[in-house]
Amino acid sequence: MQMNRRTFIIGSAAVGGGLALGLRLPFGPDVARAQDGSPEVGVWVAIAPDDTVNIRVVRSEMGQGTITGLAQLVAEELECDWSRVRIEYPTPGESVKRKRAWGDFSTGGSRGIRESHEYVRKGGAAARVMLVQAAANQWKVPASECTAANSVITHAPSKRRTTYGKVAEAAARLPVPQDVALKDPKTWKLAGKPIKRLDTRDKVNGRMVYGIDLNMPGMLNAAIKACPVFGGTVKSYDAAQVSGMQGVRKVVQVGDDAVAVVADTWWQAKSALDKLPVVWDEGPNAKVSSATIAEVLKAGLDADQAFIGNQNGNAKEALGGAAKKVEAVYAYPFQNHACMEPMNITARYTPDKCEVWGPTQNGEGAFAAVLAASGLPAEKVDVYKTMLGGGFGRRGAYPNDYVTQAVLIAKQMPGTPIKLLWSREEDMLHGRYHPVMQCRLTGGLDANGNLSALHMRLSGQSILAAVRPQVVQEQKGRDPLSFQGVFESGEHAFTYDVPNLLIDHAMRNTHVPPGFWRGVNINQNAVFMECFMDELAEAAGQDALEFRRKLLGKSPRALGVLNAVAEKIGWGKPAPKGVYRGLAHLKAFNSYVAGAAEISVTDGNKVKIHRIVGATDPGYAVNPAQIERQVAGSFVYGLSALFFQECTVKDGHIEQTNFHEYNSMRIAQMPKVETVLLPTGGTVWGGIGEPTICVAAPAVLNAYYRATGKRIRSVPLKNHGIELV
Amino acid sequence: MIRLSINGKTHNVEVDPNTPLLWVIREQVGLTGTKYGCGIAQCGACTVHIDGAAVRSCSFPVSAAAGKRITTIEGLAQGKNLHKVQQAWLEHDVPQCGYCQSGMIMAVAALLKEKPKPTDADIDAAITNICRCGTFQQVREAIHAAANANAKA
Repeated sequence: MQMNRRTFIIGSAAVGGGLALGLRLPFGPDVARAQDGSPEVGVWVAIAPDDTVNIRVVRSEMGQGTITGLAQLVAEELECDWSRVRIEYPTPGESVKRKRAWGDFSTGGSRGIRESHEYVRKGGAAARVMLVQAAANQWKVPASECTAANSVITHAPSKRRTTYGKVAEAAARLPVPQDVALKDPKTWKLAGKPIKRLDTRDKVNGRMVYGIDLNMPGMLNAAIKACPVFGGTVKSYDAAQVSGMQGVRKVVQVGDDAVAVVADTWWQAKSALDKLPVVWDEGPNAKVSSATIAEVLKAGLDADQAFIGNQNGNAKEALGGAAKKVEAVYAYPFQNHACMEPMNITARYTPDKCEVWGPTQNGEGAFAAVLAASGLPAEKVDVYKTMLGGGFGRRGAYPNDYVTQAVLIAKQMPGTPIKLLWSREEDMLHGRYHPVMQCRLTGGLDANGNLSALHMRLSGQSILAAVRPQVVQEQKGRDPLSFQGVFESGEHAFTYDVPNLLIDHAMRNTHVPPGFWRGVNINQNAVFMECFMDELAEAAGQDALEFRRKLLGKSPRALGVLNAVAEKIGWGKPAPKGVYRGLAHLKAFNSYVAGAAEISVTDGNKVKIHRIVGATDPGYAVNPAQIERQVAGSFVYGLSALFFQECTVKDGHIEQTNFHEYNSMRIAQMPKVETVLLPTGGTVWGGIGEPTICVAAPAVLNAYYRATGKRIRSVPLKNHGIELV
Repeated sequence: MIRLSINGKTHNVEVDPNTPLLWVIREQVGLTGTKYGCGIAQCGACTVHIDGAAVRSCSFPVSAAAGKRITTIEGLAQGKNLHKVQQAWLEHDVPQCGYCQSGMIMAVAALLKEKPKPTDADIDAAITNICRCGTFQQVREAIHAAANANAKA
């Protein structure tokens, strides 16, 4: 791997694409150039004389396939040779210099493709127009007589042809057309196809460079320990006890709540840190436990004041007059992301420059953290992304997190690159946890068994109150994200048509820092709502599917995915002996998703999931093969959470320290996943990485009830003695 | 000084003999394809071969590896020819983030050496690596494909 101050290349230039980070900027004497020196044809594409096509991507690849999908969209419009495509990550520093030419870097909320498809496609189309114009100028013919395909431009009347690489220098000097027409997706040849990822080869030969793998001349390694109790601080530590240990270079305090050891190798740093005596001031939260948090949330279920997320009719009055009333209380725990690659980043600080290298889901967020921690102006700061060993929301931008820590350490050793790596234990104790939530649902049925009223009362933690307080302020205290999947409108709108409805949230924040955890609040909201729908259907004496269908008259796309999974799982037909079914659906991140599971249960507690059918209608499907992998992967992530995962709080800190206490699904437990893709088009594109995660848990819980007669209303199932086999 | 044979090359390393093999491979020898995931032999991201058998190197002291034949993901291919497991991984587009896949591939390569045609039950028993992205469906397909390539070879 080569590296210099501004750029480095990840992995080898593999067949079908390498991943180059950083562009050669600022501008040269004439045009801006890519890392390999090739000229930019518009901001999204740079083409080398040998016809290598560098496509710029600013969203982060963490396994979800976004670099491949975004490149497909650019290449579709560009009409280039896909086998010559490489990906390049512009840096946030370059983005600042060029007035955010590439738009938003944030890679979360399943937004990578759905929120940038239009401008990246236009970028590809504009480059094609410029290349064709350059060829036409050279030949002195009208551009309208030229055609482009597979990186070749042809002028049929004169039988002349040239390649993109040969005209790129001239094309780069032409103005970028602002108004370019996009193809009708029905005519796509490359986008929409199940082609292979661009980044696989280096992931099977050990060459892919993740943040943890970085090495630089003179680099030292840091291991860190923050006060296990959130909000606590460092009182004192005895550096002399470890400073003579092999390899140890320095012991430093990091902010007011952490201590780090810097050593030649990370193992030396960690070994010394384990022996470093630290006295903490645990602060006001040292007595908080899961039980005390649960009490606060329980009180919220009955609180008078709550923020309303969805309302029509008069639910409370209608519930009073209902022929039959059903009530249930559900609960969902704190959960850690547990990315396979623990948090890490490499930082180098001098008074003239502060740079960081490593995994982040939000290059601009990391850039802001470096600005704040370094105290340097934007032109003296930059961030270079590596491949991410998982993200799932954990590597978004959170205040005072790993990027900040690394810069604060590097500032104490100017000029020396410092690679900060968290141990798995540190990663478990200092997550940004899935919010804790309780929910009481009350439903009223009329004399004909129709759902006449529904009240869903959420009580628990707000993510936005902790990480985007300005949004909560704008909403007069409400966190709209708390209502994902059951909201009044928008990308997380509730799909059921209930005449008298009230969905409200008693916000009860804790000292445990919350974060965006794959799917975010749809995980608990789908369990609450979709399990309760089954409870209501049973009380009404109706089939769970039929009961839902009656409420989905105004949401044909929701009905579409629900019907699709029902048909594929064989709903209404006899299941194999001992096999039971359950289903669920939701609208999330502008996609409509549904799931249906087949399970069997032995000894009352050993659950085998045989099949799960997942359906999604994201509007458009850019890469069906990667979508199938995201659906199956989301089920693994969601079912691991359902069966095994809870972060409990004792004496103010998280109790689970590693995978032996925080398990994750293995191949033996993997059900057969069948994906149904139902893209129905339209003007709004839906997300892929997250939405389907939320249907696995309620589908399995509903099947478990049919198998055993036991309704489980809290996660994880290990707390009920239930195993996944 | 500990003498290690890694991917056919000899390395003499100055290191505390209690250091886990994983960190010697990554930090002293500089082969970073082998990953750290948990440090307690739970996740399998650090799997290497020692005398042909899969070992979780995060919990294996370097002193115990002296004089043994160590293979890491970087040494699995024969020159430019990928190992059949790597080849199957490419053909089935298995990795997502890819971080656990070095360990997964090493565990599978060791399984196929022992059981050239593993059943699903064999796979379930032998492959216990954690993959948070959830690539298991493709992993299983690719194992069977590699086993069939085995049979043909």
